[in-house]
Amino acid sequence: MNFWSDPLKVAADWLTGILVGWGMNAVVAHILLAFLGILMLASILMVLDIFLVWLERKVVARFQDRLGPNRVGPFGLIQPFADIIKLLIKEDTTPDGADRVVYNIAPLLSMMSVLILWAIVPLAPVLLGVDLNSGALFLIAAGAIGTLSIIMAGWASNNKFSVIGAFRQVAVMVSFEIPMLAVLLIPTIFAGSMGMNTIIQKQDIWYFLLSPLGALIFLIAAIAELGRAPFDLAEGESELVAGYNTEYSGMKFGMFYAGELLHAFTFGGFWAILFFGGYRFFGLEKVSPFLSIAIILFKALIGYWIIMWIKYTMMRIRIDQMLAFNWKFLTPIAFVLVMVTALMNALLRDASSWLYITGMILSNIILGWVSLEIARLVSKKERERVEGLKQPALSKAEGVVEAHH
Amino acid sequence: MTGEKIIFLIIAGVTLFSGFMVVTSSNLVHAALWLVAALFGVAMVFALLNAGFIAVVQVVVYIGAIAILFIFAIMLTRREQLDHGVQVNKNWWVGALVAVASFAGLVFLLQSFNGFSKTALAIPSGFDAVNQLGDALTSPAGYVLPFEVASVLLLAALVGAVYLAFNKK
Repeated sequence: MNFWSDPLKVAADWLTGILVGWGMNAVVAHILLAFLGILMLASILMVLDIFLVWLERKVVARFQDRLGPNRVGPFGLIQPFADIIKLLIKEDTTPDGADRVVYNIAPLLSMMSVLILWAIVPLAPVLLGVDLNSGALFLIAAGAIGTLSIIMAGWASNNKFSVIGAFRQVAVMVSFEIPMLAVLLIPTIFAGSMGMNTIIQKQDIWYFLLSPLGALIFLIAAIAELGRAPFDLAEGESELVAGYNTEYSGMKFGMFYAGELLHAFTFGGFWAILFFGGYRFFGLEKVSPFLSIAIILFKALIGYWIIMWIKYTMMRIRIDQMLAFNWKFLTPIAFVLVMVTALMNALLRDASSWLYITGMILSNIILGWVSLEIARLVSKKERERVEGLKQPALSKAEGVVEAHH
Repeated sequence: MTGEKIIFLIIAGVTLFSGFMVVTSSNLVHAALWLVAALFGVAMVFALLNAGFIAVVQVVVYIGAIAILFIFAIMLTRREQLDHGVQVNKNWWVGALVAVASFAGLVFLLQSFNGFSKTALAIPSGFDAVNQLGDALTSPAGYVLPFEVASVLLLAALVGAVYLAFNKK
């Protein structure tokens, strides 16, 4: 067992050896090392987060035909550090009548709900926090903590804008949890396990190829969970100032902001894990764990880039549109897709792999086509209804105009 | 005293304290947030018992759905979230009596339980609790009938809720 094939175990063994050599109890040394590992992962993620700020600003600038940060350091790379210093030395304000304890816990919970997700992210076959056999549900459970943090922030700020923003955001998150949970069952059906590492290891063909519709629904639900455009109605600047984090200043605001960026990156990672093979890439993951980390980070960045692409391309939708889209369109499709996938899986389990793949893709395409046709019919009927309501009013107005002539 | 016992005692203490705060805090939103803390404590107890799946479900269902619904209901229905006035009515001593009696009954029953001093069996490697649970819930030899009956009951409740809330045009 050398360092290049299992770095975590080698490092842990080495450190345990030193600590026990100093006369420390083996159990205490083990617990200490576990804490050290958590601290290390969390700090690396926070440092990565700093660069995500730079990345997001650079990418959005390109989408909007600007240059983005380019003054401080090469390519503006020092800019996020300047931003952080600014956030740290800013006055830390607490609004009058705010619920101090809840107000201060909310940003911490928000950041925690993102960092905790990385406990189940397998960075390499041997590099992972915990191989939880209920990983898919863990994703939703961490989202629940995020929801809680937002409602706490909105309520404790003692500000109407904050409360309305929190209500909207929580409505989005609670609604889109349902299609997400349903779609998470699809990789579970394919892999026969909810554990993230098992899902990756069973993914000899990307699950995106088996269930493109499922991957698409997961992406949409993930964007909604993030509260990013087109689902960013919670922060609608023109109506709500900034939504639930209106009253936060300095680093507390920074926690929400950084948490959102890291969350987007994390969901990019989960999209890669569930549908694009995670750390696997044509056997490269077997060469070295370090290569696996590079692969999964690269895939996560591509997912993050797609989320940014959608954010800076789409317009914000209204809350009734969001609710109708989720409950009348996305949720039924997600449930039907789970049922169809389970049925096809049961029927084709013993068939050849080509037949299996073809059957899965065909069922996805047919389901997507049928649901789009139904949506087209319904919206046509709705359009006719609205125009029918408008028509008599119009002709009456015209009649009035003619009478004047 | 093993490390596991210490962790259990800390978690149990936090859970009990949160439960106490739920019923005594006069601010309803605070009560709901303390309830979240208590539910978290219960989830951690499940996790300590190697029931990771149940712990995660506890967080998803109770914190993600029920506690959020509580907070929503409090915020939407009350202008003033503070409860002024006394926390107990004149029957408080009956409640206290029932609580003490049930606690005494539990202690009495647990006198004959000899599991406290036993050490838990080691979990065999490759044991997947989620698979076992799924098999138990869906196999005819297991709990498929109660499971289906509970599902139908929940579906009936859902249909009833939709019917009550449906706005007849």
